[in-house]
Amino acid sequence: MTIGIEHYLIVSAVLFAIGLFIVLAKRNLIGALMGVELMLNAVNLTFIAFARFTESAQPIAGQVFAVFVITVAAGEAALALGLAVAVYRTRASIDAEDMSTLKW
Amino acid sequence: MDGTGIVIAFWVFAAMTVGAALLVVALRNLFHAALALIVAFAGMAGLFVTLSADFLAVGQVLIYVGAISILVIFALMLTPLAGRHNGESRYALPAGGAAAGLAAVVIYAVLNVDWPLRGGEGFDETAALLGEALLDTWVLPFEVVSVLLLAAMIGAIVLVRGDGE
Repeated sequence: MTIGIEHYLIVSAVLFAIGLFIVLAKRNLIGALMGVELMLNAVNLTFIAFARFTESAQPIAGQVFAVFVITVAAGEAALALGLAVAVYRTRASIDAEDMSTLKW
Repeated sequence: MDGTGIVIAFWVFAAMTVGAALLVVALRNLFHAALALIVAFAGMAGLFVTLSADFLAVGQVLIYVGAISILVIFALMLTPLAGRHNGESRYALPAGGAAAGLAAVVIYAVLNVDWPLRGGEGFDETAALLGEALLDTWVLPFEVVSVLLLAAMIGAIVLVRGDGE
């Protein structure tokens, strides 16, 4: 049996769906952030799988994009966790359902 | 990819990654979920290796397994009174439906699209190729991303620093 691009793309789709569920459903802000990291990781897997398997003038491009995604994900993680800590300071809670000040 | 080793490696790492991701959902203690997330990142690094992305696999271990996991655990430690419960909100059911629907659509598309595949093996080693590509074709996004990282770093410091420090 051989492992093709479909295997990687399906693993990636499953991981992205798990990450999406975590982001949408978890109450804890830091828990939701873990879902974002999972989703970004799944997207990286897609980029790298396409770089490995598909016909392209510059096959390394997929990996270059993965480098950029990792960089932005690192910045996003630092900022979002900083936000969680800042929210905790003012409200002593990081439950997403407690943050209803702007709720209409 | 035909080698038996790489097939076994793919299934082991895929099971490790998806299993750990499911644990992140299922574990009720948020700290345990963070530990499961680290396992998922490590499994993803293994999947990168099977795709002959050696540089990115090492970067994944350094940045995700190392730095981002530490950041997540630090944030958990800095919010001690907020509770460690990793529960779902009342939107769990629609969220599960949305996630399952998305996965179904993507998997259907993956199985039905005729991808323009190329034959042959993966890359021999990618660090030199990546370095040339980053400083040649993608030099502008490379510089923009470095500015973005600086801005994110300063922003995080300003956010977390308390008043009067």
